Amino acid sequence: MHFSIQNILFLLVAVAGFGLFAWQVRKVRANILVGRDRDMSGNVSERLNKTLLVAFGQQKMFKRITPALLHLIVYVGFIVINVEVIEIMIDGLFGTHRALSFLGPLYSLLVGTNEVLGALVIVAVAAFWWRRNVGGVRRFTGPELRMWPKLDANIILYVEVILMVALFTMNAADLKLHQLEGAELPGAFPISSLLTGLLPSSVGALEVLERVGWWAHIVGILCFLNYLPSSKHFHIIMAFPNVYYSRLVPQGQFSNVDSITHEVKAMMDPSYQVPAPATNPDGSAMAPTPFGAKDVDDLAWTNLLNAYSCTECGRCTSVCPANLTGKLLSPRKIIMDTRDRVEEKYNSPLIFQPNLYGTEAKHAGQEVLDKETHTLLRGYVTPEELWACTTCNACVEACPVNINPLESIIEMRRFLVLEESAAPNSLNVMFSNIENNGAPWAFSPSDRFNWADDLFVTEKA
Amino acid sequence: MANLAAAGEEPEILFWVGCAGAFDDRYKRVTRAFVQILEHVGVKYAVLGMEETCTGDPAKRAGNEFLFQMQAMQNITTFEGYGIKKIVTACPHCFNTIKNEYPALGGNYEVIHHSTFLQQLINEGRVGVSGGGEFKGQRITFHDSCYLGRANNIYEAPRDVLAALDADLVEMKRSKANGLCCGAGGAQMWKEPEPGKKDINVERTEEALAALDGNAAALANLNGVESGNAGATPAPRNGQQRSIIAVSCPFCMTMMSDGVKNKERENSVQVFDLAELIATAEGLNA
Repeated sequence: MHFSIQNILFLLVAVAGFGLFAWQVRKVRANILVGRDRDMSGNVSERLNKTLLVAFGQQKMFKRITPALLHLIVYVGFIVINVEVIEIMIDGLFGTHRALSFLGPLYSLLVGTNEVLGALVIVAVAAFWWRRNVGGVRRFTGPELRMWPKLDANIILYVEVILMVALFTMNAADLKLHQLEGAELPGAFPISSLLTGLLPSSVGALEVLERVGWWAHIVGILCFLNYLPSSKHFHIIMAFPNVYYSRLVPQGQFSNVDSITHEVKAMMDPSYQVPAPATNPDGSAMAPTPFGAKDVDDLAWTNLLNAYSCTECGRCTSVCPANLTGKLLSPRKIIMDTRDRVEEKYNSPLIFQPNLYGTEAKHAGQEVLDKETHTLLRGYVTPEELWACTTCNACVEACPVNINPLESIIEMRRFLVLEESAAPNSLNVMFSNIENNGAPWAFSPSDRFNWADDLFVTEKA
Repeated sequence: MANLAAAGEEPEILFWVGCAGAFDDRYKRVTRAFVQILEHVGVKYAVLGMEETCTGDPAKRAGNEFLFQMQAMQNITTFEGYGIKKIVTACPHCFNTIKNEYPALGGNYEVIHHSTFLQQLINEGRVGVSGGGEFKGQRITFHDSCYLGRANNIYEAPRDVLAALDADLVEMKRSKANGLCCGAGGAQMWKEPEPGKKDINVERTEEALAALDGNAAALANLNGVESGNAGATPAPRNGQQRSIIAVSCPFCMTMMSDGVKNKERENSVQVFDLAELIATAEGLNA
């Protein structure tokens, strides 16, 4: 053990890093909780099972094999390298050096795996960068993916390379230092042993390099941790609660609006007792909640959790039949808009400036209003986008972390129809046909049995 | 149903015809085909006739929850009045709504889509389709309905039904959970599509034609707006031989038929519902 000023400095940096992260997470949590209540308790084992398969096991990633394998490398690398972070924390706090080396052969295996994965991560990240910036993968383009979202994606890739380079600098310098001193460094270094030749042979320089690598790695990680809440990369954390709280019912089942059920029951049966409206703690009646969603606080908290789990991969948009055929709707944009709007209206984390991609991504017809009065619906999402949805559930099926853009789309349609009567005219015709004729087409109910006219069916009712 | 109830009898199943099955000229043929199958196997069934009314599906998808619940309550009251327990329907939208959305309003029934029902009849040997008859060796591709497939995880039943025809089944590039919508769901059936570069049913039909024609080049190019001319009327693979797009939903039927017309292929490619294929194979022509 070799205690020094470095350890105190490290303690301060670590506390600041984690403290700041906790503070940012609190803001995100508060943002999610502005959504409407929805009871998601129960079904614990089914939910855990799903989390294990979809979030840990990345089940839904493997619909597309190339990105799935690249992503798997970075994901496994992230998990294994975290073990090294534990060692770094111990070393940093207590002035030890490679505190876990007592594990012996297991330690060699760990460090060795780590190095191989680190190298693979660099390869995978390079492939990701190429796919995104050169390869012309269609889902990485689109109006919602300009400016900040594009920059954000690339920053993540650059930071991952920097972190890996720092790791290899630290290991290679440490290795060469030990070689020069004729000592044995515990662990196996399949990659760093190839790099030692690139380093200077002066002990002093190597000591500095080792420290620079060590500090760059851990400070880099802490900075990255605090970048997460502002970034799409937050999915590495939010994917887990998001999958846990995802819907367990069939995808075709749309939510029931209970307040309407009470009204309809009262209409059909005059003796039906409508439950008393909810009251404030002081006993006064609460303002009635609108039907559907106009703004983010009209959505359920799970829809807002969705928004923070989105990594903007665009798998939803790339399978959306409306988007594929050139319509404005992009399920990814709906989710990104939700996050932008909630951070504009409530808290935003340190780095994120809501709507940084601003007017460039705005569709024609989207109202540009001031911060106070413009809402998710119309301020960000236009009715034209909403009416293009075929409710086919392709986006829901495609999302690797079980985000449900369809639910938000339906909630906003409900607001348009029930609060504003702003449905396209042809749909209003369909509504009145159902009301008057019991069918969406203008046919008389008395013709409903005509199909049986020339059939041998025994008798007509 | 009213007649049966008056006679004090209880049907084995209630056949829910649905608005399309009752009013759409093309889908009325499917209704008749399915009824003929029911008569053929001797299932004791009933229909509601004029007491049936829209399930409310298009209203709910379009956001009109109030209208949906009015319709649903009305239908539930009818069901309860007759003590209905088991419902079979040829419409995936009616199927999904009654099965998944009526329970929250107090309506709990065993709801079966006709593809599952036909599969059961075939498995039980009640429908023979020996050797597939006239469909033997014909090229058939099945278009998954979103409300049957993704919405309710029914992928195998329609394929099993088609397999009984002993036809040459080909899959489209996007099928089962990755299937592409016909473009009519979510109340799109009743409105013009939003401005875009192509209609969804045309995209889907191009894909179906590419699969039926074995047109690998068109398949590789199919990617939405980029595929403008991918399905540009290539020669049918086997000269005179017909190909079939099988569907199991009235909206898919309309959209795919329109798509085939749009591609001017109605002479060589036909769109049939599963019930029609089985009824024809059994010699029960309507």
